[in-house]
Amino acid sequence: MTKLLEVNNLSISFTQYVQGLNRHDSKVISDLSIDVNENEIVAILGSSGSGKSLLAHSLLGILPYNSNVSGEIKYKGDILDQDLKEKLRGNEICLIPQSVNFLDPLMKVSEQAIGECKDEKEYNEKKLRQREIFTKYGLDESVDNLYPFELSGGMARKVLLSTALLDDPKLLIADEPTPGLDAKSVKETIEDIKNLKEHGKGVLLITHEIDVALKTADKIAVFYSGHVIEINKVGNFKNVDNLLHPYTKALITSLPKNGFNLTEGVQPLGDVSGCPYYQNCPNRMDKCENNIPNLVNHNGVFIRCFDFEEANDES
Amino acid sequence: MNLKADNISFSYNNNKQILKDVSLSINSNEVIGLMGDSGSGKSTLCKIISDHISKYSGEITIDGEKISNKGFYPIQLIFQHPEKTMNPKWKMEKVLNESWKPSSDLKNTFGIKDNWLNRWPNELSGGELQRFSILRALNPKTKFIIADEISTMLDAVTQVQIWKSLINYCKVNNIGILAVSHDEDLLEVICDDIVYFDEINNI
Repeated sequence: MTKLLEVNNLSISFTQYVQGLNRHDSKVISDLSIDVNENEIVAILGSSGSGKSLLAHSLLGILPYNSNVSGEIKYKGDILDQDLKEKLRGNEICLIPQSVNFLDPLMKVSEQAIGECKDEKEYNEKKLRQREIFTKYGLDESVDNLYPFELSGGMARKVLLSTALLDDPKLLIADEPTPGLDAKSVKETIEDIKNLKEHGKGVLLITHEIDVALKTADKIAVFYSGHVIEINKVGNFKNVDNLLHPYTKALITSLPKNGFNLTEGVQPLGDVSGCPYYQNCPNRMDKCENNIPNLVNHNGVFIRCFDFEEANDES
Repeated sequence: MNLKADNISFSYNNNKQILKDVSLSINSNEVIGLMGDSGSGKSTLCKIISDHISKYSGEITIDGEKISNKGFYPIQLIFQHPEKTMNPKWKMEKVLNESWKPSSDLKNTFGIKDNWLNRWPNELSGGELQRFSILRALNPKTKFIIADEISTMLDAVTQVQIWKSLINYCKVNNIGILAVSHDEDLLEVICDDIVYFDEINNI
């Protein structure tokens, strides 16, 4: 297996002005490391507002101007800098954006899906393929000439999906491709993502829908408040006892079919000096308040928790 | 109380009809689930019931009486995307108080922290905003809640928190809920009965 994408110690922060000219850096992603291989689907699972989409945007170089990125991103072994990002995005690296607001409101949806073409020949080829993909997702010919505001939420999402698949990317970054879709289209999307994997592509699937992640991914990274707190194999998610972090456990038991269990507490806003889950953790210790645990390898599972960091030290 | 939608028909522009003779009934002590494909017209029906769309044929009644469109409308719609339902130039406190002033106990039940009130809508996450948009809809004059995919954008932990607080409040205050979702697992857990949109839409 070749490494397609390699992210090492990525941190993203935003510079904001507070009260006049005082500048304040707020950190949104801290110390993130993750790899995507060819033939592999990696899911990033996390609560809303945990910074998942920013990761996707940083990979494509479309973060806003007041962001600061540190750390290292490599694509096929080469450092992925802004020039390379601009060259690759739309060809080798494609994004399915999260919000349906990413559609151009003044452009017919079929034209958006086809995108820029060099000549008429390419246009005609892409037109055929666009029709094919639209049909697969149940968008009939009358949809081709509609504008985004005339589509329902689910239809708009299908257009976004088709746009990304039309370019045949090597690495697909899918940012929440499924919410608001009906069961049939979700299944279709899952099949398409798996299909890419079969063809040697890599997929980074960003989602909060655990079901979709379980059905597609090879490994799942759980995100909380800008930190990766656990990276586990997909098989371990079938049994709560195989999961290590208390938040991961809470996430699984809160699914409607796993008991719909209530876990109190919300994600901390702004900077925390210690473990991001400190306020809500059932097993918190004193040192968790002011120290951030490292992401450690515990029998093949990556976990960010002092409980396991100590166990590793002792052994 | 009983909310009734009788023979609702609607089309956006005259060529394609979306709703035809749709009838639906909800009691105030019930949570009714509504399931259907995307683009089938569920959200349109929700907007009609909650009076966001007015040019339709058919009738919406509460206990057999037509609803006056003067003053507070007793059927409130909660949307899928809370960020699109709030004035971006209002702070959260003003957004919430536009409807009513809930007690701090109630804010706690919905997990709303006091320091969120001084923030702008774009400084909170979707889950946090959705808590505001739900509490805003729970004005004491509200009799029915239409929840159109309110937890689709949220993670599973937040989904449980939001639904449990909403359902508890509605049971205590005798408010009926129509829950629209694609997630059959979710509807089976929270609803007393599930209606399939294809079966009630005679198109």
